[in-house]
Amino acid sequence: MTAIIAAAIIGVLLMFVGIGTKNKSTMVTVSLVLVLALFGITIWEVTQTSHNGIALPPRLYFNDMLRFDGFAVWFNLLMTGCTLLYMLLLNKEIKKVGVHVAEYFALISFILVGIYLLSSYNNMLMLFLGIEIISIPQYILAGSDKRNLKSSEASLKYFIMGAFTTGILLMGITLIYGATGTFNISEYAQLGSSDLNPMVVSGIILIMVALGFKVSAAPMHMWTADVYDGAPTPFTAYMMTVIKAGAFIGFIRLFQSSFGQLSEHWALLLAIITAATLFVGNITAVFQQSVKRMLAYSSIAQAGFMLFAIQSFSVIAWQSIAIYAIAYSVATIGMFAVLVKMKDYTFDGFNGLAKKDPVTAFFTTVFLLSLTGIPLTGGFMAKYMVLMGVIKEGNLMWLVIFGLLMAAVSAYYYFRVIIAMYFKEGNAEYTSEINTIDKVLLGITCGLVILIGIAPGLFLHF
Amino acid sequence: MILLLFILIPFLAGCLSFIFKGDAVKSLALISTIATLAVTGYVTATTADAIYFSMQWLPVLGAELNVMGDGMSLMLSLLVALVMVVIVISNWNKPVEKTSAYYGLMLLSQAGITGVFLANDALLFYFFWELALIPVYFLCSQWGGEKRIKVTFKFFVYTFVGSLMMLSAIILLASKSPAANPYAWSNIVLAGSMLSPIEQQWVFWLIFLAFAVKMPVFPFHTWQPDTYEQSSTPVTIILSALMVKMGIFGVVRWLLPVLPDAATFWSDTVIILSVIGIVYASLLAIVQTDLKKLVAYMSIAHMGLMCAAAFAYTQVGMHGLMVQMFNHGINITGMWLIISMIENRYGTRDMRQLGGMATVAPHITIAFVILAFSNIALPLTSGFVGEFMLFNGIFQSQSPYNITYVVIAGLSIILGAYYVLNMVLKTAFGHVVVAGNNKDMTLNESIAMALIIALVLFLGVYPKPLLDLTQSAAMMMIP
Repeated sequence: MTAIIAAAIIGVLLMFVGIGTKNKSTMVTVSLVLVLALFGITIWEVTQTSHNGIALPPRLYFNDMLRFDGFAVWFNLLMTGCTLLYMLLLNKEIKKVGVHVAEYFALISFILVGIYLLSSYNNMLMLFLGIEIISIPQYILAGSDKRNLKSSEASLKYFIMGAFTTGILLMGITLIYGATGTFNISEYAQLGSSDLNPMVVSGIILIMVALGFKVSAAPMHMWTADVYDGAPTPFTAYMMTVIKAGAFIGFIRLFQSSFGQLSEHWALLLAIITAATLFVGNITAVFQQSVKRMLAYSSIAQAGFMLFAIQSFSVIAWQSIAIYAIAYSVATIGMFAVLVKMKDYTFDGFNGLAKKDPVTAFFTTVFLLSLTGIPLTGGFMAKYMVLMGVIKEGNLMWLVIFGLLMAAVSAYYYFRVIIAMYFKEGNAEYTSEINTIDKVLLGITCGLVILIGIAPGLFLHF
Repeated sequence: MILLLFILIPFLAGCLSFIFKGDAVKSLALISTIATLAVTGYVTATTADAIYFSMQWLPVLGAELNVMGDGMSLMLSLLVALVMVVIVISNWNKPVEKTSAYYGLMLLSQAGITGVFLANDALLFYFFWELALIPVYFLCSQWGGEKRIKVTFKFFVYTFVGSLMMLSAIILLASKSPAANPYAWSNIVLAGSMLSPIEQQWVFWLIFLAFAVKMPVFPFHTWQPDTYEQSSTPVTIILSALMVKMGIFGVVRWLLPVLPDAATFWSDTVIILSVIGIVYASLLAIVQTDLKKLVAYMSIAHMGLMCAAAFAYTQVGMHGLMVQMFNHGINITGMWLIISMIENRYGTRDMRQLGGMATVAPHITIAFVILAFSNIALPLTSGFVGEFMLFNGIFQSQSPYNITYVVIAGLSIILGAYYVLNMVLKTAFGHVVVAGNNKDMTLNESIAMALIIALVLFLGVYPKPLLDLTQSAAMMMIP
C-alpha cells in the first residue's frame, strides 16, 4: 500500500519538477532518485510480508478491495526493478523524445500505480481502475512525439480502440455483478457450474476479450504492431514489457482465483486464443523488415506464451508468470537499449555490428537468445516453466507442441539479427555512441538474463 | 566431483580464450585439451564402476546437477577429449581469422558435448544439448564456405525443432513423476513406464525426432552433407565425430530405457528408415566428386547402421554399437584430417582435379589408405570389430525381417568399398597433379595423424580394452 501512495506522490512531484526547472538532466536525475526510492519502498514492503521467516496473512485495504499478498508485493518489486533498469538504460533517449521530459517520467510513475493496483486488486472496480491507470498514460506516451505523424496515429488508434475495449470490460463487469450481486472477486470463487447462466458466461467472455486486448492476444491484437511501431522507441520498450506484464497480472489474478473453478467452460476458448496469438505473432514477425516492428510482433508471440500461465492452476502458474514477466522484460529492455541507438531500424542496419562494437553485439546476442528461449538464459526458464504448468494440467499437449513449433519459428527472426550482426558485411551506425556506462549497464542486464536462467529461485521469493 | 572437471576445464578455458589474442589462445587451447584428456584418461583407466556426482541446482523445478560416468559415458568423454587434442594439434600451423573466438567457441562446444555424455538429469541433458549447439552454430556460420550462413541456419532450425520436441517430452515425463527430483534418469525411466501405451508411442517420436535429426537418420539428413561441406574442417570434425554421437548416445541412454515398449513397437520402422538411409547414402556417395561430400554421405551410411543396431536391441549389437561409436569417431576424424591436408596442398577437394599424391606425399597416402581400410571395416583395423558386432546384432534381432535387413545393409560394405577405394585411387594414384606446395605431412600433422593411426591399428588388433570398458553398460541395457 505504501508503494501505491509513494508512486502517486512521486508522479505528482515529478510533474512539478517540470515547472521548477527546464534543465533536462536535472529532471532525469530527480526521476531516477525518486524511482530508486520507490524501489526501496517495494523492497521494504516485501520484508513486511513475513515475520521471522513465517509468512503473514495478506494485508487488506478499503474493505478488502485491495489485498496485498506475498505474490503481489513481490511482483511489485520485480516490476519496479524493471522500471528502474529501463530508466537507467534509456533515460538519454527519453530526453530526446520531446520537451516535456518530466511529464514522461511522471506518467511512468502513474503507470506503476496502475500496476500495483492490478497485482493486488480484490474487487472488480479496482481491476477497472488499474487497467485505466495503465492505459491512459500509454495513450499519451504513444503520441508524445507530436511532430511525428506515425506517433500521433499510434496514439489515436490506441486511444479509440482502447476506449472501446474499456466499454467491453465494463459491460463484462456489469454482467457479472448483475448475476452475483458483488464486485468482490473472492466471492466469485463460490460460483459453481450450476450457477452458470448466460449472464455470467457472457460476462466472463467479455472480460476475457477486454483483457486479451490489453495483453495483445489475437484476434484482439490488431492495434499492437502499429502502436508499438509508431510510438517513440523508448516508450515502446516500456509498453511492451512492464505494462504488458502488469496487464497479465490483472488477467491471471481474476482467472486463476475467481474463475479457476469454472475453467472447463472457458479453457478451450483461451487455448484457441493462445494458439491464434502464437501463430499470428510468430508468422507475421517472420515477414518484417524493421527490427522494431519485428519486436512488436514478437511481443504478441511472447504474450502467447504468457497466456499459457493462465491455463495452469497450481502454484507454478504464479511462479511461471513472475519468471516470464521478468525474463521477457529484462531481455526486451536490453534489446531496445541497443535498438534505440541504431540509425537504421531495419535488419540491414545491424549488419557488421559485431565488428564495430563486439561487446554490444555480444550482449544483444544474449538478449536475442533469451527471447528465443535458449538454455542458460532467462527466456528458456520462463518458457520452460509456463509449459511445465500446462503439461501438469494434462490435457493441452497439442497446444504445448504447437507452442514449441512456434518457438522454433521465432528462432528464425531473432537469429536474423544475430546473422546480420556477425556474419554480414556492413557498417552499422549508431546515432550516438554507446559509452562505457551504458555498456556496464547493458552488462548488468545481460548478467540478469543469465542469472534468471541458471538460478530462477532467486526471483521467486513469495 | 572429478567428472565436473571434464566439463569445467574446457568451459573455463573457452571463456578465457575470448580475452586472449593470437598465439596465446592456441597454447591455451592445447593446454586445456591435453589437461582434459589427461583427467579423462586417468579417470577412465582407474575406475571400474560407474561414478556419480550430484548437487542441488534448481530446487524450484527439482532439477539437479547430476552427472554420471559409466563405461559408455567415460568412453565417449575420452573420445571428445582425444579428438579435440587432435584438432588443436593438427591445426597448429593453420592461420585462422579471429583466433580467439574460433578456439573459444570450439572449447565451449567441447564442454557442451562432454556434458551431454555425462548428464544424468534430463534437464541438465537438455541444457548441455543446446549448449553444444550454439557455439557450433557460430563456428559454422562464421568460418567456412560461401553458402555457410544459409546452410548452417538450416542445420540450426532442424536441430532446434528436434530439441524442442524432446523438451516437451522431457517436461511431460518429469510431470508424471512424484519424486522430489523428477528429472533424474532413474525417475524419467520410471515415468516412462507409467505412461499409457498410446502415450508412449507418440512420446517416443517426440524424443526420437531430436536424435534422428542429430544422427542423422533418413529422411532427416538433408542438412548434413551441405553443413559438413561448408564448415571448416575442424568444425566438420566436431560435427561428424562428436555431435552425431550425441544422437546415437541419446537413443541408447534416454530413449530405449525410457520407452522400451514403444521402441520395440517402432523398431521395424526405424530400422527400415536406417536401412534405406544406408543404401541411399552409399549410392549418393558413389557419384560425389567432392571429397568432403563423399565422406559426409559415408558418414550417413555408417550412422544408419549404428541406428539400426541400436533398435535391433540385442546385447552383442549394443556392445558393438558402443565400441563403434568410439571407433567411428576416430576413423572419421582421420579421414577429415587427410581431406584437409589434401585441400591445403592442392587448393581443391574435387577428385577430378586430383591425382598422384602417392608420389609427392607418400606419408599422407599411407595414412589415407589405412584410414580408408578402417572406414570400410577391413579386419585388423578398428572399424572391423564394431561393424562386425553391429551386423551380428541386427542378425540376432527378434524382428522377422532380420535377415533381409542384414543383407540389404550389408550392401553398404560392398558399396562402401567401391566408393572409398575409388576415392583413394583418384586422389593418390593416376596422373600426377603438381600444386604449389606439395609437401608431405608437417610435424604437427604427423603427430596428430600418428595418434589416430596408432589407435586405429591398436584397437583393430586388440579391442579388448574398449570392449571391457563398455561391457557393463551394454549388459545393463539389455539384461
